[in-house]
Amino acid sequence: MKKEKLIITIFLLLLVAPIFLSEFRLNLLGKYVSFGIAALAIDLLWGYTGILSLGHAVFFGLGGYCMGAYIKLQTETLPDFMMWCGMTELPWFWKPFQYFWFALPMAIILPIFISLLIGIPTFRVGIKGVYFTILTQALALIFVTFFIGQQLYTGGTNGITNLQSILGFSLSDTKVMQVIYLITVVILIISFLFCRFLVKSNLGRTLIAIRDSENRLKFLGYNPMTYKLFVFAVSAGLAGLAGALFVPQVGIISPSLMGILPSVEMAIWVAVGGRGNLKGAIIGAIVVNFAKSFFSETFPEIWLYFFGLLFVLVVLLFPKGIMGIINNMVNKLKIIKKNRIIHAKADC
Amino acid sequence: MSPEIFISQIFNGLSLSSILLLVGLGLSITFGIMGVINFAHGEFLMIGAYSAFITQSFFIKYLSADLLGFYFFVALPVSFIIAAFIGFILEKFLIRFLYGRTYETILATWGVSLILQQLARNIFGANNVDVSSPTWLRGGITISEGLQLPYNRLFILAISTICIIGMYCFFYRTAKGRVIRAVMQNRTMSACLGVPTSKVDAFTFALGSGLAGIAGCVVSLLGSIGPSTGQNYIIDAFMVVVLGGVGKIVGTIAGALAIGISSSLFEFITTSSMGKVIVFSLIIVFLQWKPQGMFTLKTRKLD
Amino acid sequence: MKKKILSLMFLVVFAVSFVSIQSGFAKDKEPIKVGILHSLSGTMSISEVSVKDGELLAIEEINANGGVLGRKIVPVIEDGASDWPTFAEKAKKLILKDKVDVVFGCWTSASRKAVLPVFEKYDHLLFYPVQYEGLEASKNIIYTGATANQQIMPGVEWLLKNGYKKMYLLGSDYVFPRTANLIVKAQLKAEGGILVGEEYTPLGHTEYSTIINKIKAAKPDVVFSSLNGDSNVAFFKQLRAAGITAEQIPTMSVSIAEDEIRGIGAENLIGHFAVWNYFMSMDTPNNKPFVKRYKKRFGQDRVTDDPIEANYFGVYLWAKAVEQAGTTELDAVRESLKGLTFDAPEGLVMIDPTNNHTWKVVQVGKVNAEGQFDILYTSDKWVKPDPYPPLVSNKVVIEPGKVVEIKK
Repeated sequence: MKKEKLIITIFLLLLVAPIFLSEFRLNLLGKYVSFGIAALAIDLLWGYTGILSLGHAVFFGLGGYCMGAYIKLQTETLPDFMMWCGMTELPWFWKPFQYFWFALPMAIILPIFISLLIGIPTFRVGIKGVYFTILTQALALIFVTFFIGQQLYTGGTNGITNLQSILGFSLSDTKVMQVIYLITVVILIISFLFCRFLVKSNLGRTLIAIRDSENRLKFLGYNPMTYKLFVFAVSAGLAGLAGALFVPQVGIISPSLMGILPSVEMAIWVAVGGRGNLKGAIIGAIVVNFAKSFFSETFPEIWLYFFGLLFVLVVLLFPKGIMGIINNMVNKLKIIKKNRIIHAKADC
Repeated sequence: MSPEIFISQIFNGLSLSSILLLVGLGLSITFGIMGVINFAHGEFLMIGAYSAFITQSFFIKYLSADLLGFYFFVALPVSFIIAAFIGFILEKFLIRFLYGRTYETILATWGVSLILQQLARNIFGANNVDVSSPTWLRGGITISEGLQLPYNRLFILAISTICIIGMYCFFYRTAKGRVIRAVMQNRTMSACLGVPTSKVDAFTFALGSGLAGIAGCVVSLLGSIGPSTGQNYIIDAFMVVVLGGVGKIVGTIAGALAIGISSSLFEFITTSSMGKVIVFSLIIVFLQWKPQGMFTLKTRKLD
Repeated sequence: MKKKILSLMFLVVFAVSFVSIQSGFAKDKEPIKVGILHSLSGTMSISEVSVKDGELLAIEEINANGGVLGRKIVPVIEDGASDWPTFAEKAKKLILKDKVDVVFGCWTSASRKAVLPVFEKYDHLLFYPVQYEGLEASKNIIYTGATANQQIMPGVEWLLKNGYKKMYLLGSDYVFPRTANLIVKAQLKAEGGILVGEEYTPLGHTEYSTIINKIKAAKPDVVFSSLNGDSNVAFFKQLRAAGITAEQIPTMSVSIAEDEIRGIGAENLIGHFAVWNYFMSMDTPNNKPFVKRYKKRFGQDRVTDDPIEANYFGVYLWAKAVEQAGTTELDAVRESLKGLTFDAPEGLVMIDPTNNHTWKVVQVGKVNAEGQFDILYTSDKWVKPDPYPPLVSNKVVIEPGKVVEIKK
């Protein structure tokens, strides 16, 4: 229980944040929280199973596009970007997205589908490690190029903008935004508990075994492929969910959110927070994004130096991330305490 | 597609391949020899391109106008040396600590790439700068009506051919090259036999960076140079390495040719964005068939 | 007792009025914050950094002349990083956190479309300085650049009139070129031109040899280019290397101004056309001193161009509107902007009272060896902005922010 103090405090703080944060800051925090869910997805895959995907923004973006399409169709019968291109009728595959009951599940199912499509052949032939990583990058590049090229159906580089209402509630209402924020936090907590359940189960131990020595696991008679596929799909679904929650808060979804850069950033959140540590993933996502906003607001001309340096230093000096630092300190404190007790005893 | 256009497209593909090859070679070597994925590799290309710009500016300012035509021959080694030097520094102060931690190198070098881009932006301004091609590289050989091969692309082709032959001779005909290949195949064993592996690493990293620098220098003949120039080539170069197979020059050559030529053909048939989507999808499909790429380094390792 | 209450009330009233006078007084002297939102990094920084300088120059000049309403203007600069969601986030930040009174910014239509909902949500004001495709008239945006009928359409018209009938459309792949070409295609159909090809490349694309081959195969009279950002450099360099000169196939560009010529190299562009509302080589009474001041402030090698100028006079227009309204309060400023004129470097400009766009002249120029434009054509008088050209749209603007459909 003691170990959980940190994460419980964070969750509580997130839940009461609407009371003391301004609208703008709360909105930003809501964005970070949705990123936190995506970070959990990466951590599950990278931190626990040792598979680094640098194409996860694709899943995040697909989820976002599903939700964006739904919100767009709430106020416009024909999206504006289709009108600019001279379209007169909504294409058939856009039609079901006007229903929430279709759009939200699709935000999770579509990424899972894509992940299986990529994962099944790839894991079957035993592509792993860096090769898999670069492959996922190619995936990200394909999706971005494709989405930019199909302006008629996707909104091109602009993506889907001018999102106004969800389930009949206006997105410009502060109260509505607060509720969406709280829903996001609750989903973050649920996702956290779900991931924790996964990694604490037998399955989780198998995942760690894959990370540490896949070959040994194979020799023991396991088939890592099923496990890898499962965790890849779960991770993709989670990322999609995160994307779906991101969109109503930010009010835009564009291909630049599904490219290689955001994918790398996702991995960075987890690295900064601490790999193989679910708390770390959440903390990393929030801290890195806060730092990004802070640096770019305070030093708009030179903020990239700080940002770049942050990654270099984290990798170089704190390979276990923020959680590593915290754990170190806790351990040191424990040793000091122990020593004191011993000294105290010795004095007697 | 008329025959002239077809030939011309093949030629364009070759010229794209030759650039990808120069960039990909460095990536392939550094990955093959030290398991480092260098995301900042594109920035060495950018550094090379800016070096060409500096050389040109120097010629304009301090030397007489009739020497200007030759600045490019100075720019090539200058680009190589500057990029290699910065690569050497990067290896000494960062990469060295990350051997064997492949994933971490991705993140750290990504940070480095951000920093280098911002540095370029602060030094040279956010605006792109322009290197004007030497006069003798203007125009081209007219083979027939509607088929002209531009001199600058022929020149690029020549440069990269020379580089490849040079690299081949270096790797397979010199003692130093043999040492590098040994480290690539079995690091521990080479170390046991007295190979100074850390020196080899630094040297190879610098060499790879220098090659990217040369690529940058020739790229400046085609387009403008900006802080984000390197980003245009880096992912394609990664694909070259993965497709061709890591650590073999012939693999990188094959990968570059395949991607360059197929890109330019598909781009002609479809649009430039669909062309790219098709080529990259084909790469993914191909890797399902040959996960290690076209040519692999035979080892007895399990992975 | 009664006396006590009375005196207490008096005291309270006094205290309140004192405080309000104090704060009112303080507010009078407080500087006015204005937001500046451009890509200082990423692929669009090539164009947007200079535009930011245009704004800063105007602000510095206004401050040197005593500011607005006796108050100094303080710019708050934000980096949109060539990334549209970032633009939206930074716009929110400027409005909510910095509480700026107005924002000057954006370049690509993509970034404008991304921030538009933010400005509408908080009912704020954005000055947008760049020519664009039209089909938009928000009451929260003042468009100081040209709209379709002030740049694209007169450009095509001029080409057709001068015998360039067969056109090849080339653009970057985003909303501006796509919509612009929609208009061009409608125009070609209506005015007897021939479309021989259409191609889009992603922003930041640099390999144009294939496109050039396609152009060669299509044999157009002219290429109508809406390429944006650094792609232009690659395209023109490679066009020249492929042996195509402006005499054989000229290009009419809508996004290449003097600043871009600097990056592309004048020798690659000699003889190609561009259509704009302002050229640095313009011989107007206000232009020469403007160019001089700009160069003095940012360096002798720098050049001015249309978007820089549009942003520069945008700041002045806003300042004038604030002076006229006597307050920075948005509704009052918007009201006094209606029909407001200003003697800009390009000549007299006016904000249209119904659609928030700017009345301006149209000019076609040809690039010369110095990287400047020889002006070939100037419209007789300023052109009324029409963001919804009847050729492609059945809508009209009846007041700022209000667009209605008309039955044909």
